[in-house]
Amino acid sequence: MRRIHQLVAAAGIGLLALTGAGQEATAQVKVGAVLSVTGPASFLGDPEKKTLEMYVDAINAKGGVNGQKVQLVIYDDGGDANAARTFATRLVEEDKVVAMVGGTTTGATLAMIPVFEEAQIPFISLAGAIQIIQPVRKWVFKTPHTDKMACEKIFADLKARKMTTIAMISGTDAFGKSMRDQCVGVAPSSGITIAHEETYGPRDSDMTPQLTNIRNKAGVQAVVNPGFGQGPAIVTRNYRQLGITVPLYQSHGVASKQFIDLAGPAAEGVRLPAAALLVADKLPDSDRQKKVVVDYSRIYREKTGQQVSTFGGHAYDGLMILVEAMQRAKSADKVKVRDEIEKTKGYVGTGGIVTMSPTDHMGLDLSAFRMLEIKKGDWTLLN
Amino acid sequence: MPRLIDSRYTPLIAVALIALLLPLIFPSPYYYRIGALVFIFALAVIGLNLLMGFAGQVSLGHAGFLGIGAYAVAVGPTHLGLPSWFCIFAGAGASALVAYAVGQPILRLKGHYLAVATLGFGIVISIVLTNEAGWTGGPDGMSVQRLVLFGWPMHGSKIWYWIGAGTLLVGVALALNLIDSPSGRALQAIHDSEVAAQVLGVRVARKKLSVFVISAVYASVAGSYLALLNGHVTPDLAGFMRSIELVAMVVLGGMGSVFGSLVGAAVLVVLPQALTSFHDYEHMMLGLIVMGFMILLRRGIVPALGAALTGRAL
Amino acid sequence: MAEFLQFLFSGLTVGAVYALVALGFTLIYNASGIINFAQGEFVMLGGMTTVFLALVGVPLPLAAVVAVLAAVAVGLLLHRFAIEPARGADTVSLIMITIGASIFLRGAAQVVFDKRFHSLPHLFGTDPLRIGGAAILPQSLVVLAGATVIVVLLWIFIDRTLFGKAVIATAANRLAARLVGINTGHMIGFSFAISAAIGALAGILVTPITLTSYDVGTLLALKGFAAAMLGGMGYALGAVVGGLLLGLLEAFSAGYLSSKYKDVVAFLVILAVFFVMPQGLLGRAKVERV
Repeated sequence: MRRIHQLVAAAGIGLLALTGAGQEATAQVKVGAVLSVTGPASFLGDPEKKTLEMYVDAINAKGGVNGQKVQLVIYDDGGDANAARTFATRLVEEDKVVAMVGGTTTGATLAMIPVFEEAQIPFISLAGAIQIIQPVRKWVFKTPHTDKMACEKIFADLKARKMTTIAMISGTDAFGKSMRDQCVGVAPSSGITIAHEETYGPRDSDMTPQLTNIRNKAGVQAVVNPGFGQGPAIVTRNYRQLGITVPLYQSHGVASKQFIDLAGPAAEGVRLPAAALLVADKLPDSDRQKKVVVDYSRIYREKTGQQVSTFGGHAYDGLMILVEAMQRAKSADKVKVRDEIEKTKGYVGTGGIVTMSPTDHMGLDLSAFRMLEIKKGDWTLLN
Repeated sequence: MPRLIDSRYTPLIAVALIALLLPLIFPSPYYYRIGALVFIFALAVIGLNLLMGFAGQVSLGHAGFLGIGAYAVAVGPTHLGLPSWFCIFAGAGASALVAYAVGQPILRLKGHYLAVATLGFGIVISIVLTNEAGWTGGPDGMSVQRLVLFGWPMHGSKIWYWIGAGTLLVGVALALNLIDSPSGRALQAIHDSEVAAQVLGVRVARKKLSVFVISAVYASVAGSYLALLNGHVTPDLAGFMRSIELVAMVVLGGMGSVFGSLVGAAVLVVLPQALTSFHDYEHMMLGLIVMGFMILLRRGIVPALGAALTGRAL
Repeated sequence: MAEFLQFLFSGLTVGAVYALVALGFTLIYNASGIINFAQGEFVMLGGMTTVFLALVGVPLPLAAVVAVLAAVAVGLLLHRFAIEPARGADTVSLIMITIGASIFLRGAAQVVFDKRFHSLPHLFGTDPLRIGGAAILPQSLVVLAGATVIVVLLWIFIDRTLFGKAVIATAANRLAARLVGINTGHMIGFSFAISAAIGALAGILVTPITLTSYDVGTLLALKGFAAAMLGGMGYALGAVVGGLLLGLLEAFSAGYLSSKYKDVVAFLVILAVFFVMPQGLLGRAKVERV
């Protein structure tokens, strides 16, 4: 009996020691990140992780922030909000981070918010939903555009084309669901009627039944597809397979040029709202974001061999807003850093030009989105 | 020594000692959270172990009950204005009812067919939780109001460590009692051979159904606790992968071993924390460790080690 | 009518994918009684290996062959180093080993490959065939044809060769099979190799339609498993019938009922089938050994 207990105790202590190993405090600024590097949102979390690692290395190579090296602690929540919460506690209690950049999904972010609010640590989320910053929480910020802005941008473009009746097909994943709700919310005030709605599961491989129903619905002038991952590519392919002729709108969930590769010729004529990052090389030289997005795209491609994704851009913006705030605060003091993040003014990032305030913890407006159309297998700027 | 191990209440005493002694080596509240998670998952795993290890029925949809319990304490107070403590019981009651209704037809199936049926049940629950966003907040989940007992808010990892430990002790005691009762022996008989049990006069269908309902209640309470501990709940709590995780905890710890349930839960809760230092290789390590345990200790950690220590043959 | 046809085509397309995955479960189950939850990872390995070989300039047919061989090697290694050493453990423990293997393979794939989605070119282009106002991609027909060929080959192999009979004998009674001189270990290893090949081939054929990524295996395994059970576990024809039926159920419920609840409808129908036919559609009742 005693031997069993000894064994169990020894195993327990061993595991606990392992979790605490290698985390001695040094004279460094510790920044935490909980990202969905694996799991259903790895499409978002992977470029975020690569971006943070890349730029923290670059910052340290230049001597760090305020003369201190930045130490990045990244945990992978696998897309599970419960795991995210555990890692958030670990960042606060064990790693003693001074700030947090991350929270890939809205669910994980919402689960982690109480931990950082209570510990009074600045938290810059990389997730989309508007609930993160509305109501405004003292310690919580976010970098991506909200889904509501994407809906408004799409609806404005529809109005300009004199289209008012649309159908919507959305993913049942968090991204698609959240944007779908926002679009339904702003449709009436934008003068848009949603005549028909369909959904698909996160891993579905054929959406022709849903699109057939949309095709058969009379009076539909355009179709909007809120979704991310492989879903929009398959919707686009099925759309052409069925020979539907009304315009198709994708969302900002289509975050990388890979969408065009996956959807192939079917992507011709698809329109979508997107951050300037996607069209870095096509921006006019006068564009204030040009330099930032061109540099980020180039460095990301060189380091990873992959095409740039706007999700990685959100992580870049989060890290840079934090670093600039620390520089302005001339310290890593949590309260001062938080105050400086809130005072961010005219920060030129990959997602847009950010000006925060005590009532706006995102600081982006509709101008952050560009309307794109896919022509000859490449993005073109509309306007 | 063999007599001690066979003694009925050894697992109970062991769990109590572990819960009391662990805080002595806890350096920070983070460890209390891990401890609380281990106890809460262990509760669900004990329930599932009663079903799998003693009655021999597989459920690949048990996270569905976790979800019912979790959303009961989320939806009840938010939408219906019910007190949280009441919703724990309401969730358990709802889970029992669902298990009773679903179990009647499903438990007639055998082996892998039962596995698919339960898997389908779990998926149905998680799809409903994802789609009925008006009630559940959809894929982003919803926040959970704090549990308030006698005017005191139950908040923080430490409190939930002790609540989890206390409830686990009750769960262990009830499970041990059940196993040692005539019902428990009847379940063992079903596990060994349904036909033989039937011949011996065991009312197989009824016994299976009752243990299914009991295991659902265990999972539901665990789900409620998880939701209250986290303060936020998302549908992935009820997902297919979570069901697999629960089954893995049962099998790793040892089917038919109540103490094994705690060990299985502890291993799978602590491992992902311990493996973070492997970064990209984290999942490869997790897979290797699970395979290694099953190859080397094929009956599960506790039964295999117990046999080795008492010199019984594997 | 046009929409009925379109739903039918959609169901057949998705169903053919499920059928191919379900076929992979059949052989290992037949030889060992194990549900191999790493079957989805064989599908992933087939697709991803082909994609990445093609990316470095290997011609597609060669890339596909290498991918199948790679999956076979993984299947054999899995058997040799994980299943064989656990010989004699109960089925649940063995299934748990395959779950561990699936986690390991997914983890390895995210390191070796990447975490993005990938596609392969369609064998006969992307211009749909239009029939009665509905459209079907030629690749869907390729997948259906692939499933048919594999079923026929499996049937010939199991019913018409001594080797196949040895596999069945191994499944029926390990001890008796060994007594009549069958090397049962080899039989199970062989079944892993063939199942891996079937899985990888499925992955290559379906990737142009479904796209692929390092974690595509989980859901495919789940659906393939359900399809195999619906048809009756252990029957090659059952796997195909189950797969097609599951695909059709999803498509028709998405089309006629609700796209939100199509998976729910599909599972309810599976349950209903089990209550009438507890061994699946083509399964035969087995007497429990006491």
